[in-house]
Amino acid sequence: MFSEILGVVLMFILLFLLAIPLGKYMAKVFQFQSTWLDKIFNPLDQLIFKIARIRVKEEMNWKQHLTALLTINLCWFLIAMFVLTNMSWLPLNPDGNPSMTGDLAFNTAISFITNTNLQHYSGETGVSYLGQLTLQLWQFISAGCGIAIAVVVFFAMREKTQTSYANFYVLFVKSCTRILLPLSLVVAVILLFNHVPMTFQGKDTMIGLQGDTVQVSRGPVAGFVAIKQLGTNGGGFFGPNSAHPLENPNYLTNIVETIAIVLIPLALIFTMGHILNRRKLAWSIVGVMTIGFFLLCIPTILQEVKGNAAIAKMGIAQPHGSMEGKELRFGAPASAYWAISTTTTSNGSVNAMHDSLTPLSGMFTLLGMMVNAFYGGVGVGFLNYYIFIILAVFISGLMVGRTPEFLGKKIEAREMKIAMIIALLHPFLILTGTAIASHVYAHNPTAYAAWLNNPGYHGFSEMLYEFTSSSANNGSGFEGLGDNTPFWNIACGIVMLLARYLPIIGPVAIAGSLAAKKYIPESAGTLKTDTPTFSLMVFAVIAIVAALSFFPALTLGPIAEYFSI
Amino acid sequence: MKQHFYMALKLTGLSFLLFSCLYTGTVWLIAQATPDKGQAERVTVNGKTIYKNIGERFDSDEYFWSRPSAVNYNAAGAAGSNKGPTNPDYLAAVQARIDTVLAHHPYLKKEAIPSDMVTASGSGLDPHISAEAAAVQVQRVATKRGMSYEAVSALVKKSEEGFGIGPRVINVNTLNSLLDETKN
Repeated sequence: MFSEILGVVLMFILLFLLAIPLGKYMAKVFQFQSTWLDKIFNPLDQLIFKIARIRVKEEMNWKQHLTALLTINLCWFLIAMFVLTNMSWLPLNPDGNPSMTGDLAFNTAISFITNTNLQHYSGETGVSYLGQLTLQLWQFISAGCGIAIAVVVFFAMREKTQTSYANFYVLFVKSCTRILLPLSLVVAVILLFNHVPMTFQGKDTMIGLQGDTVQVSRGPVAGFVAIKQLGTNGGGFFGPNSAHPLENPNYLTNIVETIAIVLIPLALIFTMGHILNRRKLAWSIVGVMTIGFFLLCIPTILQEVKGNAAIAKMGIAQPHGSMEGKELRFGAPASAYWAISTTTTSNGSVNAMHDSLTPLSGMFTLLGMMVNAFYGGVGVGFLNYYIFIILAVFISGLMVGRTPEFLGKKIEAREMKIAMIIALLHPFLILTGTAIASHVYAHNPTAYAAWLNNPGYHGFSEMLYEFTSSSANNGSGFEGLGDNTPFWNIACGIVMLLARYLPIIGPVAIAGSLAAKKYIPESAGTLKTDTPTFSLMVFAVIAIVAALSFFPALTLGPIAEYFSI
Repeated sequence: MKQHFYMALKLTGLSFLLFSCLYTGTVWLIAQATPDKGQAERVTVNGKTIYKNIGERFDSDEYFWSRPSAVNYNAAGAAGSNKGPTNPDYLAAVQARIDTVLAHHPYLKKEAIPSDMVTASGSGLDPHISAEAAAVQVQRVATKRGMSYEAVSALVKKSEEGFGIGPRVINVNTLNSLLDETKN
């Protein structure tokens, strides 16, 4: 067990060793400073700018940024709907998989353009290779979109009065070509040399040693897995995601894939530090996020290593911890570490089945998504944290009797209103959704028996998890839930839509409104936002707004289950 | 707005060329240079080609058993059981597996059974078993195959995989192929 814990520590250290230089590299990319990849990628970027006729120097105001973002996302939705509902006759379908029904395509299209990757289908039987490659496209560009909009907010936070800053299209193209593309290639090549398949042939048939005839699904997996990990997408090529031995064949690939989950979200905070020239602020944000991450991660590892108390009662040994739904080659600690990495960021890929986690671990994964800002999704994780900063600035301002200011800009009623709405949206979507689903189920449990794979408290947790995952744009699931029904497809689709775009619109509007205000230089009376005291304040706001509002629901699910053993 | 829409269409088209075609093509080309040519790792044993990393059904007494699978080792529809830790049906299924293990290993005490031997893996295709799960099966396999305890233990040792960090595991496909090769 010691070497397994060591593996987890190593993953965490490697993560920081990679994220710090990556953050600096990204800051250079977005500020048009030269980097060592320019030779290869400058011509590519120039070609794209030329063909698409993007005027690189033209800056946009916050409304134009949002219009650009929303328009391109609408365009993606329409294309995704078309491909998903017509896969059966389109090319690259060696396994003869069917097209999706309308409601499933609605859910899947939204799921992938919103960077959620909630999957109400299984990759082996639910999509063709063209479908997979189309989904892979959204994995790149939805992540690129998230990074671009976070960088827009970074630029808006600079110490000057400005109404227009940066060009959304330029940031978007650079996010995709300079960050996601090279990193994905590196990860994909590592996977290839560790036996992850990359082929366009359909299913293979083999005869096992015991004489069984087995069909083996394959496909262009390596490229897909690389970007789904890096872009906080998380949609698996196969049903069981990175628990599948062809997506994640050994402990080394597991290390690479785990680091890839958190790498860009973490590096983006450092990027902010470089762009604003406020390294201390970046580190204090990273500090709060890391403490939150540890608070979820350490107890989860302990719970999973300890094993399932109900199994212990049967009198067998649990030398490797709770193993239901886990793969031996990763072991309980690395599976628990992945579970928290994937839920605190909005990734949602899994290397163990979350439905089978022990009760409290299940709760910590839920909490990770409920907060959704301990590192968070690519780009949007920072935007969520930004909302908590605004709230904390306002509350601290009231407490010490000073005008609430953040980075030299006054926060007034308008910004506060937006921040409050966005902060409350997440609990509202999750709790309302779960309440409706529970109501429907409770009034006719026989008609909806196929919904829940588990009875009692755990069944409630399955529904709560599905809405939490949708609203956090996470995409993992308590997959026992029978979710490919019109109710779940449509309900989760709507939640994902609202939970993606409103929390982007809100912070961009706040940042835009603050950017246009007069810059007030720091004085002795300014509330410092990069101190431990202020960090504690932000943490308190997160704990109160995000965690406590969900406490009653958690009591009905995982906490009740824990005490029932 | 209209201008943004044209831009969106153009950028999406370019992205499709770049990230669905060019990226995928590049990775596919690199795959052709790898030892398994992008086909995943396959090994041939006694004329049968199997995937080293895809767990198969092994439940006869002359083989080391693989971990239970919620989908009966269906490599074209992999999945875990998604059973919650307190689900009574699930606990009954685990109990039934414990009883089966005990019936086939009369020499075994219940406390010696490791939980990974009676719980379903995440993918339903876990190609590994733990050292503990292998150890409890050595005597059964040795007796059934008329081999010595030491000879079978040596094969178990030979099938071990690990990287120094992380768990050390036994590849049950490798182990059972080694057994089959010894037989011939």
